[in-house]
Amino acid sequence: MTEIIVVTSGKGGVGKTTTSASLATGLAMQGKKVAVIDFDVGLRNLDLIMGCERRVVYDFVNVVHGEATLKQSLIKDKRHENLFVLAASQTRDKDALTQEGVEKVLDELAKENFDFVVCDSPAGIEKGAHLAMYFADHAVVVVNPEVSSVRDSDRILGLLSSKTRRAEKGEAPIKQHLLLTRYNPNRVEAGEMLSVKDVEEILGISVVGVIPESENVLAASNAGVPVILDDNSNAGAAYKDTVARILGEERPLRFLEPVKKGFLKRVFGG
Amino acid sequence: MGILDFLKRKPEATAGVAKERLRIIVAQERSTRGGPDYLPLLRNELLEVIRKYVNVDVEAVNVSLERDSGHEVLELSVALPDGKVVGKPAASAS
Repeated sequence: MTEIIVVTSGKGGVGKTTTSASLATGLAMQGKKVAVIDFDVGLRNLDLIMGCERRVVYDFVNVVHGEATLKQSLIKDKRHENLFVLAASQTRDKDALTQEGVEKVLDELAKENFDFVVCDSPAGIEKGAHLAMYFADHAVVVVNPEVSSVRDSDRILGLLSSKTRRAEKGEAPIKQHLLLTRYNPNRVEAGEMLSVKDVEEILGISVVGVIPESENVLAASNAGVPVILDDNSNAGAAYKDTVARILGEERPLRFLEPVKKGFLKRVFGG
Repeated sequence: MGILDFLKRKPEATAGVAKERLRIIVAQERSTRGGPDYLPLLRNELLEVIRKYVNVDVEAVNVSLERDSGHEVLELSVALPDGKVVGKPAASAS
């Protein structure tokens, strides 16, 4: 059975695409057959983060409109042969995607025996975001420890439990996973940033992972290599833990303790 | 705490403020979620009408819908400013 995972947040710039790329890659590393779809019509970006931007010939909208077949449009990942990217279109027409069209593509992916389809949602709560979440079985809600992001994610959690196919058909609810990203334990300890516990308490849901703020995330996007493949970064390791938890494994949270500064830094600051 | 840290301005510990503000707004937004879309509109129109007669604050009008077994109660409460008693301070209809 194909499981559909939406990566969503409401607010923009919190790390949805970074998360989609690492989640899809992590699932593929576990031997799953995975497709990751960019739902951000007009603002294609997943291809850059996955490092396949120069190999996009046909996109999601082309498949929905029957201008290309799914096989022609799926871009095979350079590193994992069981991982495929479906790019967003650069068209400015927001109505290019339809519910029927999206359903048709998802059904076709199910026939091709994909284990997981990761839907990278656009920001906001408009049509693109709605379509990305509508057919989902799992939702990864990406949130930063920051007031506007937390409030928006609460709104998204509400929509997930009311405006999706599972909710409308009265089926078992979508499995909601809260992913806290850009976490800075030093600032949390100083009382400058909401803690994991604060965010869990406010939203009434526990986290599936905490991704520490890391310089490696920018380096990874610069290079077009999902950060989960960076073996030297805490962010990459935290994404690996998160993927394992989504697959049902129990792993303790890591990288929540402040990093102690060395002697010179303590004296001279930094 | 290093010697040179005294020269740098430290950000304040504001996480507690953030948490408290979020707790309140999230609770408020959850309580109106799932209700009919016309409630905020109704509230604004009521506010306009009331303001023709009394100068009340935006916060003064509270509209809520409660579901009891089998019937719904639409409750309106209007807090009037002190010393000006015009009409009833609170009304409820079902």
